[in-house]
Amino acid sequence: MKTSLSTIIENINVAEGIYKMTLPVDTKPVPGQFYMVKGLNGDYLLPRPISVHDYYDGNLVLLYRVSGHGTDMMSKMTDGTEVQVLGPLGNGFDLEAIKGKTALIGGGIGTAPLYYLAKEMKKADMDIYLGFKDIVYSIEDFENTGKNVTVATEDGSLGSKGFVTDCLDYDKYKTVITCGPDIMMNKIIKTCVDHKIDIYASLEKRMACGVGACLGCVTETINGNKRVCKDGPVFNGKELILSE
Amino acid sequence: MADMKICFLDKQFKNPVVAASGTFGFGEEYNEIYDVGILGGISSKGLTLKGKTGNSGIRLWETPMGLMNSIGLQNPGVEGFISQEIEKMKTYNTNIIANLGGGTLEDYLEGIRLLNDTEVDIIELNISCPNVKAGGMAFGIKSQVAYETVKAVKEICQKPLMVKLSPNAENISEMAAACEEAGADALSLINTLNAMAIDIYKRKAVFNNTYAGLSGPAVKPVALRMVHQAAKAVEIPVCGMGGISSGKDAIEFMMAGASLVQVGTANFVKADICVDIIREMEEFLDAEGIKDISDIIGIV
Repeated sequence: MKTSLSTIIENINVAEGIYKMTLPVDTKPVPGQFYMVKGLNGDYLLPRPISVHDYYDGNLVLLYRVSGHGTDMMSKMTDGTEVQVLGPLGNGFDLEAIKGKTALIGGGIGTAPLYYLAKEMKKADMDIYLGFKDIVYSIEDFENTGKNVTVATEDGSLGSKGFVTDCLDYDKYKTVITCGPDIMMNKIIKTCVDHKIDIYASLEKRMACGVGACLGCVTETINGNKRVCKDGPVFNGKELILSE
Repeated sequence: MADMKICFLDKQFKNPVVAASGTFGFGEEYNEIYDVGILGGISSKGLTLKGKTGNSGIRLWETPMGLMNSIGLQNPGVEGFISQEIEKMKTYNTNIIANLGGGTLEDYLEGIRLLNDTEVDIIELNISCPNVKAGGMAFGIKSQVAYETVKAVKEICQKPLMVKLSPNAENISEMAAACEEAGADALSLINTLNAMAIDIYKRKAVFNNTYAGLSGPAVKPVALRMVHQAAKAVEIPVCGMGGISSGKDAIEFMMAGASLVQVGTANFVKADICVDIIREMEEFLDAEGIKDISDIIGIV
């Protein structure tokens, strides 16, 4: 694997502050992996780690939220712009380990990597739970997987009003997979550990190298500090030491 | 093609480009991306006598063309390095520099004793660490403290000793001269600049330790000036670093007096940037009709 250049096929605004970038890549990623992406002009220094939202026919789709200067610059890139890409990086989900009836629980932009997972695990018995604050996106993609989709919004603008974590009966599931804000994932991990449900969480951290060298993105686990970029981003929830 | 080879502390470097401590781990991750054997050398992740888990909270913060870090020297300890890393590093066919930090003089000395019996080529002494017994002021701020530390280390050190200077030193020329007088075989500089960021919405410092180290292109002009001053102040060779992101940047540092250069933060910007930097340096030399890279060292 090496740093390569790719040309943006499409970079569209799908909801307020949410963008979808499509670009060709050489390798088929595993669901849960990510790419380090950066524009070529000198606007900002570090590539941004963005999870795989979808992959088809050699095209990588990144669904990302503008949350700072780097992603703001990314959102302004036009079709045909060359970007620097490194990936796929990280472990991704262990598809073999996902067994039995499974719940995918995504919060906000944390829903992004779950779509590719749901799509790749066509035959799996999976229910999808998506929680948003107020702005909702990519629901149709999830619905097109043919799996049950439950949506909750904090303001009640779509689906149930409140937190999506209140919408599911955990005991129906053998496995839970989550990606979203820490506060949501922590709650889910605690519940799953208590109920002896297999739990895998995909974490997000500020990163510099993206390959495991700088130790900027570590998370505490029962086996010491682990690098989110290299040892993760997907972790067995039982291993994680949750921050308060 | 220009000769890029450098002889530094009696070690042959195939080119002057060394991966900087703390940005390259022990080389393993980058070796998956390109053959790190093309590098002149690799400076290891900063080691301490006992392993450290590093700092809590946010560890990275990007600034305009810069990066602040507060990793807190997370490392496996000198013994962990010796048992788990050196053998692998030796297979990369490049010079291995062990970067050693410490909280007390005793820690430094014990670390040196352990590293003496290994196959590392050079020891890079990080004196930017807080001196636990002196109220936490770094060893590398006052020339006299640095002098005493380096002198004690040099007495027992059986490897070539390169002292890595802090840009936070009171006077960089004096500091360089003091380290030379204490017996340092070479100097490297600069370490990161002491810096700060505030989260204005949370009304608190971004980093749990309040201050953090600034690196990247933002510090390059300052680093270049300091390398120039240090090189003018001493006879021993100097390894220059601070924001180097291109072959031209590296050439600047060599013209300022550096015999070797280290590349740090730029590895994050583009994982295989050292490949580009080496190529760009060769291209510059060829285009300028310079036959031996040594000819440009300290010409400014």
